[in-house]
Amino acid sequence: MDNQTRKYTLTMLVDNEPGVLSRVAGLFSGRGFNIDSLCVAETIDPKVSRITLVTEANPSMLEQIEKQLRKLINVIKLRDMTGSRAIRREMALICVRALKADQRDEILRLVQLFRCKVVDVGPAYYIIEATGDAEKMEALINLLKPIGIKKIARTGTIALYREPN
Amino acid sequence: MKRTGAQILMDILKEENVDVIFGYPGGAVIDIYDELERSDIRHILVRHEQGAVHAADGYARASGKVGVCFATSGPGATNTVTGIATAYCDSIPLVVITGQVPTHLIGNDAFQEVDIVGITRPCTKHNYLVTRIEDMARILKEAFHIARSGRPGPVLVDIPKDLASTETDYTPLGNINIRSYQPNYQPHKMQLKRAAELIRTAKKPLILAGGGVGLSEAWQPLTELARKWRIPVTTTLMGLGVFPGSDPLWLGMIGMHGTYRANMAAGNCDLMIAVGVRFDDRVTGKTDCFASQARIIHIDIDPTSIRKNVAVTVPVVGDCRISLEKLNQLLGDIGPEEIESMRKDWLEQVEQWRQAYKMVYEDNGRIKPQFVIETLSELTSGRAIITTEVGQNQMWTAQFYRFDQPRHFISSGGLGTMGFGFPAAIGAQVAFPDKLVVDVAGDGSIQMNIQEMATAVENDLPVKIVILNNCFLGMVRQWQELFYDRRYASTRMNCVPDFVKLAEAYGARGLRATEPEQVRPTLEKGLAMDGVVIMEFKVEPEENVYPMVPAGAPITEMLLV
Repeated sequence: MDNQTRKYTLTMLVDNEPGVLSRVAGLFSGRGFNIDSLCVAETIDPKVSRITLVTEANPSMLEQIEKQLRKLINVIKLRDMTGSRAIRREMALICVRALKADQRDEILRLVQLFRCKVVDVGPAYYIIEATGDAEKMEALINLLKPIGIKKIARTGTIALYREPN
Repeated sequence: MKRTGAQILMDILKEENVDVIFGYPGGAVIDIYDELERSDIRHILVRHEQGAVHAADGYARASGKVGVCFATSGPGATNTVTGIATAYCDSIPLVVITGQVPTHLIGNDAFQEVDIVGITRPCTKHNYLVTRIEDMARILKEAFHIARSGRPGPVLVDIPKDLASTETDYTPLGNINIRSYQPNYQPHKMQLKRAAELIRTAKKPLILAGGGVGLSEAWQPLTELARKWRIPVTTTLMGLGVFPGSDPLWLGMIGMHGTYRANMAAGNCDLMIAVGVRFDDRVTGKTDCFASQARIIHIDIDPTSIRKNVAVTVPVVGDCRISLEKLNQLLGDIGPEEIESMRKDWLEQVEQWRQAYKMVYEDNGRIKPQFVIETLSELTSGRAIITTEVGQNQMWTAQFYRFDQPRHFISSGGLGTMGFGFPAAIGAQVAFPDKLVVDVAGDGSIQMNIQEMATAVENDLPVKIVILNNCFLGMVRQWQELFYDRRYASTRMNCVPDFVKLAEAYGARGLRATEPEQVRPTLEKGLAMDGVVIMEFKVEPEENVYPMVPAGAPITEMLLV
């Protein structure tokens, strides 16, 4: 078995009740697993929430993570969303320094290129709303960094399986 | 039907055939106790909540039923934590009911408020805070269902004081079904076939049985498999008793303080049939070297146990008893002569290991703790329920007491909780009032829950306590001797109470032996006495437990005396 660690996206449907998130998070901290990002919200069924998390693990750790999560009484269903059969997206709000004209132009050019939106404008900054998969977000952030990112808020990844044809 | 929360609790306890509760009252559970007083369920009042949980645990281990205990909010609840964690590590079914401050005060830092559901989340199989009276019945039913099904474990239910006295319309619920909790009892057919094939062709097979065999009552098919296919058997600490200690195929316990032959067999077998074990580090030693010659069949109901510590060839997820029964069916019959010739070399090899290093100890005119256990084993013919504390007393009991029956060895295996044995003995005695129940203790661990003497005396629970008194915290001292250049940091206990007087102070009886020739008469006399008896043995202070595998070493590399 190869022992390489890589990022995995896991989604689970859980009972929508107090303490469930704490059970999931506690499992990761208690057993020394990593959480890179975590998203939780209600589904169409108000009794059920969807948790999506990204973890860095090797294959045997991943097997334990999945088994341990399935063992939690409140976890109804768990799926690995890592491969091409799932759509993954995250959103970020990025506040970029924009003092000089050439900076402002460059930012707007990137916004167009990455199909983002400027959602707030000030004399010295833009706030950009960006969505995309992890690679796109990384690329955008790397290009904005030299201009000057003042603040950033990221949602973490959410994911859905593609419907079978 | 209008019922209060406390009444619903009593109704469900009766439905679940609970006839005894171990507990300690307090402000937040006063309504529950008021209702309990009016029911015909027996209550054993302990002297500390930790004792209540261990007693319920001992009751569960001895009887196979779910143990139940009550504690109040705040400190009552936090005192249960060690007991809950102990039961969790050893997969013992418990339902722990704690009181909570009234609903409107939760989160207010109210008097005796603590977030016990938060605190016990990582050491319970599941837990609940009841927030609405309408949920009370369902939660309690689920608690019992979860505690006893699948891989068993403790479940805590936290009940706010006001809900105990709130009325609601109550109709008894039928069977509980939790959609996200469906334990899998039936093993996969294909995996069983692969397992059977490996067993048929193995030349040097070994059975490693663990606590799961006891929990799933799989001892009968396990013994059948071993005897029919002439497979030697070792067990983990938790598995002691699931295979008769008198059987020639019995090798003794495996692991850090396992027998030479069991550890050597594990290191040299070509097939290990591991049933109801989780490959704890005290069992495997260095995992890379564990059973390195062997293919491994691993049967367990909990998928997380499989491939957690050790790679396996054939994983079988399912109930141990059902899996072994089906495996035996698949294997069918084999002629006694055929199997005899197939096993000849392997069993001879095992016998050589047996002869090469026997479990012995030096006789030097002082009381040897091993001798006390051997004599106890002989006098009780292996029929007593034996509980232990943790440390040297526990290991010597595991090594020198011959367990012939399941559910007769009760010990804190996973968590290693000192102070467990005595309250657990009380619980086992409640389950079997007419059986001889003996707690083997050290002078350190007995003092961790000595207050339960009052519980035993008050309730006429004639538990016998054997104290191996070496005036040391012996196991830690042994490590200091072997690995820390004899620096006995804080392991000498200079002030140990006079246990004979202490027994008498509680209204029990006390006996003491200081010379080897007094061991047998003291045990004979003490075991025959009515009521609670402490038998104190002044043993060799610096006796060590051997064999010993240093932590992290392969289990075939043992220190032998």
